[in-house]
Amino acid sequence: MTVTSYERIPEIVAADHDSAIARRLEALWQTKPGIVGWFSTVDHKRIGIRYIMTALLFLLAGGIEALILRLQLAQPELRLLTPEQYDQLFTMHGITMILWYAFPVLTGFSVYLQPILLGTRDMAFPRLNAFTYWIFLSSGILLYASFALGAAPNAGWFNYTPYSSLAFNPGMNIDFYALANILLGISTTLGSINFVVTILRERAPGMSINRLPIMSWGTLTTSVGLLFAMPSVTLAFFFLWMDRQFGSHIFHSAGGSQPLLWQHLFWIWGHPWVYAIVLPAISMISQILPVNCRRPLVGYTAVALATVLTMVLGFGVWLHHMFATGLSTLALSFFGAVSILIVIPSAVSFFAWIATIWTGRPVLNTSFLFCAGFIVVFVIGGVSGFMTGAVPVDWQLTDTYFVVAHIHYVLIGWNLFAVVAGIYHWFPKMTGRLLDERLGVWNFWLMFIGFNVGFFPMHISGLLGMPRRVYTYPPAMGWDSLNLITTIGSYLFALGVALLLVNVAISRRRGRIAGRNPWDADSLEWATPSPPAAYNFVVIPVIASRWPLWEARLQMGSQLSSLDRGLVLDHGKEVLASSSVDAEPEVILKMPEDSILPLACAIAVTVVFVAALLHVWWLAGIATLVVALLALVWLWPRDRLAQTAGMHP
Amino acid sequence: MLSFLRPVDTSRVSWRGIQSSFPAYARSPARALVTLGAAFGLLLPAPCVASAQTPLSYLSAQGERAYPINSLLWALLGISIAVIIISIVFVLLGTLRGNALPGNALPGRLMVESPRRGIGWIVVGVGTSTAVLFGAAVWTVVTLAAVSSPPGGHADLYLEVTGHQWWWEVLYKDPSPSLTFKTANEIHIPAGRTVSVALRTADVIHSFWVPSLTGKTDLIPGQINQTWFSASSSGVYRGQCTEYCGRQHAHMAFEVFADDTAAFKAWRDHALQLVPAPVSAEAAADVDAFVRKCGACHAVGGTRAGGILGPDLSHLMSRRTIAAGALPNSIGHLSAWIADPQHVKPGAYMPRLDVTGPELTRIRRFLLTLQ
Repeated sequence: MTVTSYERIPEIVAADHDSAIARRLEALWQTKPGIVGWFSTVDHKRIGIRYIMTALLFLLAGGIEALILRLQLAQPELRLLTPEQYDQLFTMHGITMILWYAFPVLTGFSVYLQPILLGTRDMAFPRLNAFTYWIFLSSGILLYASFALGAAPNAGWFNYTPYSSLAFNPGMNIDFYALANILLGISTTLGSINFVVTILRERAPGMSINRLPIMSWGTLTTSVGLLFAMPSVTLAFFFLWMDRQFGSHIFHSAGGSQPLLWQHLFWIWGHPWVYAIVLPAISMISQILPVNCRRPLVGYTAVALATVLTMVLGFGVWLHHMFATGLSTLALSFFGAVSILIVIPSAVSFFAWIATIWTGRPVLNTSFLFCAGFIVVFVIGGVSGFMTGAVPVDWQLTDTYFVVAHIHYVLIGWNLFAVVAGIYHWFPKMTGRLLDERLGVWNFWLMFIGFNVGFFPMHISGLLGMPRRVYTYPPAMGWDSLNLITTIGSYLFALGVALLLVNVAISRRRGRIAGRNPWDADSLEWATPSPPAAYNFVVIPVIASRWPLWEARLQMGSQLSSLDRGLVLDHGKEVLASSSVDAEPEVILKMPEDSILPLACAIAVTVVFVAALLHVWWLAGIATLVVALLALVWLWPRDRLAQTAGMHP
Repeated sequence: MLSFLRPVDTSRVSWRGIQSSFPAYARSPARALVTLGAAFGLLLPAPCVASAQTPLSYLSAQGERAYPINSLLWALLGISIAVIIISIVFVLLGTLRGNALPGNALPGRLMVESPRRGIGWIVVGVGTSTAVLFGAAVWTVVTLAAVSSPPGGHADLYLEVTGHQWWWEVLYKDPSPSLTFKTANEIHIPAGRTVSVALRTADVIHSFWVPSLTGKTDLIPGQINQTWFSASSSGVYRGQCTEYCGRQHAHMAFEVFADDTAAFKAWRDHALQLVPAPVSAEAAADVDAFVRKCGACHAVGGTRAGGILGPDLSHLMSRRTIAAGALPNSIGHLSAWIADPQHVKPGAYMPRLDVTGPELTRIRRFLLTLQ
C-alpha cells in the first residue's frame, strides 16, 4: 500500500484518567450540557440507559395491563372488563412485552456495554444509534396513542388474518399496530446493522474472534439473524396495511390468495425473534455467572457455537406455531423433529452453567441468585417448549394455557430474570453505586416465588384444557382455584418488580460507592471508572486473552493484555477499526459530533407514519421530502473521514 | 337412553385412563422414566382432578386417535418433570455444597479457578440429552404417522363442520339428499366408529378441538382441512374453539355425543323429521311469531324460517346447551337469551330484538315444541 497523507501511526503510551490526554479526550467526547446537548448526544452510554429506562417503562405498562387481565380471570364469569376491553388489553400486553420491552431492553444493555466490552469508544455509527433510539421511542408512543382513541390493537400480537382484515376489524386498531410495528422494524434493522459492524470492526487490537466476550456472541448472533428475519414481518405488516387501506387482497381468500400466508410471513420472523429476545439475555448470564463463580465460563467455544447454531436452527422451526393448520405429514415430521433437536444447543449452555457452578466457588450475591433462578426457569421453559415440538402432542397443548405458561417461562424466565441479574451486575458500572444487597435478596425471592406461583399453575390449567385468549371461562371446568392462584402469584411477582424499582431509586443516591471493579470481574468494562468517562478508554488497550482482567491470576500464557498502555487516538473523536477475525488494527475512524439531526430525522419519519395512519397524504408526502432532505444533510460527504493506521503491534 | 347425557365423570376416567394406557408402553425401555413422570404428573393436577370435573382435560384419552398421542404426552411430561427435578438438584447442590462464598465476599482480589476444568459436564450432559431428544423425535414421528389418517384410510361417518363467529354448524352428509341434514353446536356419533370431519369456516380462523378424542385442527378461509376421531365408549365429550376469533371466542364450545349404533340411528332418524304442521290457530300464530322475528337468520325444517346466518334450530329442545355452550338449555335461560343475547354474549351477532312480552311467550312456546 502506498503511503498517503491519510496514513498515521498512533503513539503507544501509558496514560491514566488524570493525564493530559484524558483531559483532551474529555473535551472532545463530552456531551454538551443543557437541553440541546441532551437531545443531540450520540454517547452510547447515555443512549443505552435511555433504551433500558424506556423499555422498563413499557414493561410497567405491559405489567399493569397483565394485572388488570388477571383480575378479570381471577374467578369464572367475572364482568370486570367487556370482551372488547379484554381483547385490547391482552393484545397490547403481548405486543408491549414481546416487541417494545423484551428486545429493546437487551438492545439497551448491548448499546451501553458492547463498545466498552470491545475496548472502543462508541458504536460504529453513533448518530444512527441515536436515530435508532428515537425511532423506537416514537413507535412506542404511536402504539400507545391508540389507547387514547379507544382503538388499541385487538387481534392478538400474532394478528392473524382474516380477523385483522378490514372486513372483521374495521377500526383503526390494526392500522396502529401495523404502522407502529413497521416503524419499530426500521429501528431494529438499523440497530442490528450497527451491532454487526461494531462487533466485527471495532474490537481492540488483539481481541481476535475467539476472544470475543461471550455476551457479544449473543448480540452478534441476534443482530445477524434479525437482518434476515425483519424483512418478512415488515413486509407482512405493510401488505396487511395495503389490504386494509387499498383492498390489495394479498391475504384475502376471495381474492385468490391464502390467509395462511400471513402466518408463514409472521412466524418466519416470529421464531427467530423469540431467539432474538432470549439469546442476548442467555449470553448475559454466560457473562455474569462465571464472575459470580470465580472462574471462566466452562466451554466458551461450545457455548459460542451453540448460540450461533440456535439462531441458524431457529429459522427452520417456524412451522411449529402452525402445526394445527392442516399441513402435510412430511412437513410436520420435519419441523417437529427440528423443533425437538433445537433443544441440543440450549443443553450446551445449560451444562456449561452447571459445570461453572460446580467447578467454581459461587458468591451468593443478588445477581448470582438471579442467575441460579434463571437456570431453573430456563429448564422449565425449555422442557415445555420441547413438549410442544412433538407435533401430535402439540395438537393438544397449542392454544391452551400450557403454552401461555411456556411463553411466560421463556419471556420472563429467560429474559427478565437475566435482565434483573444484569441490572444488579452492571448498575454499579452505570451509576457508580451498588444496589442494596439486602433489598436485592428480598427482590429475588419475591420475584422468584411470585413468578412460579403465578405461572406454574398455568401448565396445569392448560393440561386441564383451558384455552388461551378467552375473556372469561365457565365454572366447573376445574380451572377456578388454579386461576385464583395464578392471579395471586402475578401480584406477588409485581411486588417483586416494584421492589427492584425501589432499590434502584434508593441506591441511585445512597448506594455504596462501587469503585472500578466491585465484583472483581474479568472483562474490559471493569477496567474503566464507574461510571465510565465519556471517551471510555484513555488509550485503546491491546488484548491478549478472553479474560483481560484475570489473566495474570489464571497464568494462561506468557503474553498479557496491556490495559493502561495502548494506542493514543486524540486527533478529534477517533476510534480504531480492526480486522473482523484477527482484530488487526486497520483504520482510524473519525467519529461524528453530537447532532440534533437524528432526532429531527426521527420526528420527520414519525410524521410520515402518523400522516399515513390518518390518511393525510399531502402531509406524508411533504414529510417524506423532509426526511430525504435531512438524510442528505446528515450524509453529506466530509473530508478526512478515515485514516489508515499504519501500525501492527 | 338418557344415561349418556350424564356428564362424563372425568375425574374418575382420567385415573383409569392413565392406568389403562400403561400397558401400551410398559414394555418400552423408557418405562422407568415414564413411571416416574406419571407419578409426578399425577401429583401435580391431583388436587384439581380429584375435586372437580374437567371436561376439557387432555390428560386422559377416550378414542382410537387420542390413545397413542396420550401415551406420548405422558412420556414427554415424565421426561420433562424428571429433567426439571434433576436440574434443580444440580443447581441447589452446586450452590450449597459448602464451597460457596457469602454475598458480601467482594471486593477483594479473589482467587479464580482454571478455565480448563468442567468440560466433561458438557460432553456427558449434552450426549445424554441428545440421545433422549433423538428418542423423543423418533417417537413423535412414529406417532404422527400412526394418527395422520383413520385406520384403513376411510371413515364410517363423514361430517362437515363450519365455524362461525361464534358457533358451530354441523352438516351430516349422505349421498342421498333426503338423508342430509344440519344441526348446530352438537355432534352425535356412533361410539367405536371412525368419524371424518371436513372443516371450513364462514368467516375468520377457528380451531376444532375435542380434547378427549382429538387434537386441534384449524378452520381456515380458502381451504378445507380434514380431521378424524372416534370415541371408544359412549359419553359426552366437550369441544371448544381454540383459535382466537374475536369477542366471543370464549363462548364457542360444542359437545360430541357418542352413543351405541342403534341409539345414534334413532337420533339421526329423529333429526331428519320436519316440524309437523301447527294443529291449532294458536300454534300457527306461535310459528308466525317465530318466523317473523327469527326466521331471517335461523332455520327450522318444516317451517318458512330458512335463515342461514344463525344456527339451525330444528330440534332445538333436544340440545343440552344453547348459544354454543354458553348456557344450559332451560326455559329460563332460553327466555333470557332471546330477550337480550348481548347480555350473555356481548358482541355476538344475534341482536337484541326488543321482543314484546307476548311475542317472547309465543316464540318460546314454539321453540319448546322442537323436541
